[in-house]
Amino acid sequence: MVGHEIVEKQVLAPDVVSIRLRAPQIARVRKPGQFIILRISEGGERLPLTIADADPSAGTIRLIVQAVGKTTGQLASLEPGQAIRDVVGPLGRPTHLDSFGHAVCIGGGVGTAVVYPIAKALAELGNKVTAIIGGRTKDYVLLEQELSRFAQRVIPTTDDGSYGQKGFVTAALKDVLDSSPEPPVKAIYAVGPVPMMKAVSELTRPYGIYTVVSLNPIMVDGTGMCGGCRVTVDGQTRFACVDGPEFDGHLVDFDELTDRLTTYRQAEARAVQRYENHTCKLKDES
Amino acid sequence: MSSNTGRMTAKQRLAIERQKMPERSPDERAKDFNEVNLGFTAELAKLEATRCLQCKKPTCMDGCPVGVDIKKFLELVEDGDFLAAAALMRQTNSLPALTGRVCPQEIQCEAECVRGVKGEPVAVGHLERFIADYERAASEPVNVEVAPPTNKKVAIVGSGPAGLTAAADLARMGHDLTVFEAFHAPGGVLVYGIPEFRLPKKIVAAEIENLKKLGVKIELNTIIGRTYTLDELFENGFKAIFVANGAGLPVFLGVPGENHKGVYSANEYLTRVNLMGAYNFPNCDTPIMRGRQVAVMGGGNVAMDSVRTAKRLGAEKATIVYRRSEREMPARIEEVHHARDEGIIFEMLTNPIRILGDENGWVCGMECLHMELGEPDESGRRRPVPIEGSNFTMDTDVVVVAVGARANPLLSGATPDLKINKWGYIEVDENLQTSIPGVFAGGDIVRGSATVILAMGDGRQAAQSIDNYLKDG
Ligand SMILES: Cc1cc2nc3c(=O)[nH]c(=O)nc-3n(C[C@H](O)[C@H](O)[C@H](O)COP(=O)(O)OP(=O)(O)OC[C@H]3O[C@@H](n4cnc5c(N)ncnc54)[C@H](O)[C@@H]3O)c2cc1C
Ligand SMILES: Cc1cc2nc3c(=O)[nH]c(=O)nc-3n(C[C@H](O)[C@H](O)[C@H](O)COP(=O)(O)OP(=O)(O)OC[C@H]3O[C@@H](n4cnc5c(N)ncnc54)[C@H](O)[C@@H]3O)c2cc1C
Ligand code: SF4
Ligand code: SF4
Ligand code: FES
Repeated sequence: MVGHEIVEKQVLAPDVVSIRLRAPQIARVRKPGQFIILRISEGGERLPLTIADADPSAGTIRLIVQAVGKTTGQLASLEPGQAIRDVVGPLGRPTHLDSFGHAVCIGGGVGTAVVYPIAKALAELGNKVTAIIGGRTKDYVLLEQELSRFAQRVIPTTDDGSYGQKGFVTAALKDVLDSSPEPPVKAIYAVGPVPMMKAVSELTRPYGIYTVVSLNPIMVDGTGMCGGCRVTVDGQTRFACVDGPEFDGHLVDFDELTDRLTTYRQAEARAVQRYENHTCKLKDES
Repeated sequence: MSSNTGRMTAKQRLAIERQKMPERSPDERAKDFNEVNLGFTAELAKLEATRCLQCKKPTCMDGCPVGVDIKKFLELVEDGDFLAAAALMRQTNSLPALTGRVCPQEIQCEAECVRGVKGEPVAVGHLERFIADYERAASEPVNVEVAPPTNKKVAIVGSGPAGLTAAADLARMGHDLTVFEAFHAPGGVLVYGIPEFRLPKKIVAAEIENLKKLGVKIELNTIIGRTYTLDELFENGFKAIFVANGAGLPVFLGVPGENHKGVYSANEYLTRVNLMGAYNFPNCDTPIMRGRQVAVMGGGNVAMDSVRTAKRLGAEKATIVYRRSEREMPARIEEVHHARDEGIIFEMLTNPIRILGDENGWVCGMECLHMELGEPDESGRRRPVPIEGSNFTMDTDVVVVAVGARANPLLSGATPDLKINKWGYIEVDENLQTSIPGVFAGGDIVRGSATVILAMGDGRQAAQSIDNYLKDG
């Protein structure tokens, strides 16, 4: 088989799937916080996805992907036995992990998939972990059970109140911080939509708590070669694929990131339309 | 057909004018990505080769970084013995189809040709291209001798011209070769940087096929420093490693507004188009901003490739913005001419100081200063000095920054024992060995942004050094 076989697939929410695929070397060396870039087939786009988990003995990695556009949609429609042509990684710097005593891990939507391996690693280091996982509705609260295996506390929230606490993850976070937990919270990891990461960073700034966010700019190579993933952190240009993807949330220029993420919105709408109309023949040169 | 050999007098030879490379008309070619030059016919090639005076002291050869035996080569072309010419070429230059197309001949071999003193030099590059294409089209591939297997594993990091050349040489010496490439396609800058209209990808692909026939394994999607460290390669049985990972770090201008949407590094711009096929969006999935007024910063080959790409993507106005004058532009002269014919606008002695964005964060213009040339700087070129108060704005909706590259720190950062200089380039000794025994390096990661032929020369030298190292070890 050319490429990397999908060995397992699970539907987590209407447009969110978890897939395990064969990538033995990446499974062996990857660390929490790192990601891969994949290309489904010839002519395809390079898509960055966090390594949500890995099983080195089985030689597999786990990806959790939300179908938001053409490529993610196509990926979510693949079934076990099918293969992904190119997978490269692990990319990015591993998460800075430490014994903080108590850490809060916040996931918004599919961001929970990104924060999940970090939470797991923090727990393995003996930290008390509080997880706050938000979703638009009940369906989008991901990985609650898996997190509760090692997190002391898992607080689900939904925008519409269909499950858990009603409201944004920031409200739940404020409650946790103001309840003077023991041991005190020394680190916060927040991954999700950019507005969420920005709000969390704003919230924790006055508390002076170390806050890490994982940025998701548009990427091409993932090796620091193109500069497409540049973000401004502490007034400096950084490349998220090699200097990140995690940065100190208190120093990130979120507004610029939000803006840059809209670069191809129109073009992507065209691609999705074509994909859905099935007018697009994937070209396979191989 | 070799009747004229030796019989033609120098005077007769001198009377022949340099043959023009047949090319597609600017109107036609600026609309697609197919190759601009069409190549010499056999007749043109022989005629052009006849212009060579067969000098006693062939100065042309001093101009070639790898010492191609140009004089003998031209004689064989004149005789119409094209396959012999190709075989001779491959003794010193294993990728003539590439060098014939991309070498800056006007500052190398052709610069030293005596015929250039009064008039035009012999078109060595065009002839090199001709014989390589001839050889490729000839059905029988030239059989290369491969030494008996040594069963010694050698790893090459990067599949650009340096890596490919070293791999070919080492495989012929009988070693067991694996090339590791970060991207999903091999070829380095030859595939993701230099566009199709200058260097068709099928030529690079043919060379890769030749490598595979020699038994070379190519592991794509593998980043050394991430997927494997150099130490792990040694643990996995590799006895020597050649690091040829290129420069590959984009340089930005450092002016305000550079993160507006529509500002690209040339690396990103060209990679999206060449490697990812963005010109074919949405048939290929990778998009690119197609500007109406594209401004490209810089005066080298990378800038020329970017601006001509912009034109082909449909820009009404595609402009080179360069802070020195045309004389100082480091691009190949042929590309500058082609660009001009294609309607590229040249804004010389102009330097952007700010990129302007609209209310939605899109690039909408550039504030620039006019420059004048002052005293020569370290590079020997006259230093551009801003003319105060000459500020003006230029409308543009896509900006491509092509002002150079630096050493990518990914591999060196993951390899603390690897000695680098203060700019991040890998330090090597006269045998191209790095501070780590058994690890050699060459190409752009050692020289800084250089040329294809210099990278190939390094690949060849490294192959020799590695072979010696393996014999001793
Ligand atoms: C380091 C990194 C790790 C990531 N990890 C994951 C992961 O584990 N799971 C997951 O589902 N996604 C992850 N992403 C985001 C994922 O790569 C994007 O959703 C994807 O690029 C969108 O591709 P598409 O072709 O399906 O959609 P497109 O058609 O390209 O985009 C659809 C919509 O999504 C928006 N969009 C495009 N790119 C991004 C982006 N990078 N982030 C947010 N919005 C975007 C666009 O503005 C557009 O409106 C990660 C991104 C990065 C950079
Ligand atoms: C747009 C453009 C136009 C040019 N035009 C000309 C021209 O006309 N004439 C000329 O002579 N020169 C030209 N050059 C310069 C020339 O292409 C380079 O000097 C030459 O390609 C350098 O060769 P290299 O083998 O050192 O590296 P590269 O060609 O850069 O190849 C390096 C390869 O290594 C891979 N790599 C990087 N890091 C890793 C890693 N950690 N693990 C695995 N693989 C890795 C890269 O993906 C790449 O494929 C041009 C360059 C560009 C960008
Ligand atoms: S390799 Fe380049 S410099 Fe040498 S002869 Fe050929 S074109 Fe000229
Ligand atoms: S210098 Fe010119 S004329 Fe003399 S041998 Fe070389 S190519 Fe021929
Ligand atoms: S994705 Fe190209 S530099 Fe980060």
